[in-house]
Amino acid sequence: MAGEIKEKVIAIIAEQAMLQPSDIEMTQSLDDLGIDSLGVVEAIFAIEEEFDISVPFNANDPGASEFDVSTVASIVGAVEGLVAAQKA
Amino acid sequence: MRRVVITGAGTINALGASVAATLEAMREGRCGIGPLQIRDLDRLSVQIGGQIIGYDETAHFNRQQINLYDRFTQFALLAAREAIDQSGLTFSGELAARSGVVMGTSGGGLNTQDDNYRAVYEEGKNRVHPFVVPKLMNNAATSHVSMEHNLKGPSFTVSTACASSNHAIGQAFQMVRTGLADVMVTGGTEAMLCFGGVKAWEGLRVMSKDACRPFSATRNGMVQGEGAGMFVLEEYEHARARGADILAEITGFAMSSDAADIVMPSKQGAARAIMGAMRDGAIPLDAVGYINAHGTGTAANDKTECAAVADVFGHHANDLMISSTKSMHGHLIGGTGAVELLACIMALRDGVVAPTIGYEEPDPECALDVVPNEAREADIEVTLSNAFAFGGLNAVLALRRI
Repeated sequence: MAGEIKEKVIAIIAEQAMLQPSDIEMTQSLDDLGIDSLGVVEAIFAIEEEFDISVPFNANDPGASEFDVSTVASIVGAVEGLVAAQKA
Repeated sequence: MRRVVITGAGTINALGASVAATLEAMREGRCGIGPLQIRDLDRLSVQIGGQIIGYDETAHFNRQQINLYDRFTQFALLAAREAIDQSGLTFSGELAARSGVVMGTSGGGLNTQDDNYRAVYEEGKNRVHPFVVPKLMNNAATSHVSMEHNLKGPSFTVSTACASSNHAIGQAFQMVRTGLADVMVTGGTEAMLCFGGVKAWEGLRVMSKDACRPFSATRNGMVQGEGAGMFVLEEYEHARARGADILAEITGFAMSSDAADIVMPSKQGAARAIMGAMRDGAIPLDAVGYINAHGTGTAANDKTECAAVADVFGHHANDLMISSTKSMHGHLIGGTGAVELLACIMALRDGVVAPTIGYEEPDPECALDVVPNEAREADIEVTLSNAFAFGGLNAVLALRRI
């Protein structure tokens, strides 16, 4: 299950970055991947649609959001947490 | 005051995806109106329109652009590319800062509104795509044209229903004329042919279910169209210095408000705008050879417009030609004046006057030479383009051969 979430999140990020999923590294930031602010918001929307979750993300101040978008790994971890919380 | 010329034109509409294709269709009197291909058509009582059939957005834009560009923005971008290509201008440095975009639209991103209202109301979704607002806003098309071509001067969107394009072009004309800008990209765009867009028009009961037949005694209403027309307006000396191909000169523009009724047109309001454009351009009445009519094909507009032209021109009204190309491309609402300006340029440059097609029977209340059904060759020095909007807001442009 966890592997599946990671794979889907990476696919969403890769689409925004116009890269192949295999080119995405877990330590990269969205900035490293060339994803601008609109791209971040669009990726979050895609994540919400994919997992049917609500992501606590405020584009006014991404750093202050509960949802950590600093790296690919942090996004995957946050999504895993939200999916687990939804099931609990 | 500075002289203002047109050095580029572009379009996409039901008659064609370029100026050349559109003018060829107008010369041949071809009709671009046909059965609509939209969702839930069976629930509409009006099922025809001047739709751009076979339009494939993926042939012009990538996935990310499509996420941001409503259909009305896509049309504007395609028409602007053609116009700017023809002008041969590229925008950088001081020229970029002194060049802007003024565009007309009435519905803006109506397809985006329609799709997303459907998603939240009909399908019960509680989440919409994050770009709904930047996609639907009326100024989106203007902004994307400015971004694509680096136009950094005064830029905004004009929305005056069926006169939006003429008000926009007139505004751009005045900006170049008075020195606020050296080059303006201007015109109009509209993409209202979606379920909600057509349903709303149905409500007014002024739509024809079979054809747009302006000035004909058998006319029974208007037909909606879609698309865009865009032009490059340039200060005359600037254009001449770089050896640009000048398509026509804009010499006059006037606006008026009927201040009377929200939908019924006024002869006096229309006449004041026509007369105003003539005065603004110091144009003698008998110089006008062709008028591209507003000519919607409604009972009210066509007779009011003919009466206004007769009042302004007196005896000369019998000698000039007046046609409505809406019979071919439909009524593009906020984009209509821009596509119709192409017919004015064709008359001046090619000596071909576009016809009013679908004409069946003379109406004594429209007793002018409406160029019925077949294009005509003529030597035209000055043309007018009329636009009379719902809300009683009128805008008339005067063009001269150069």
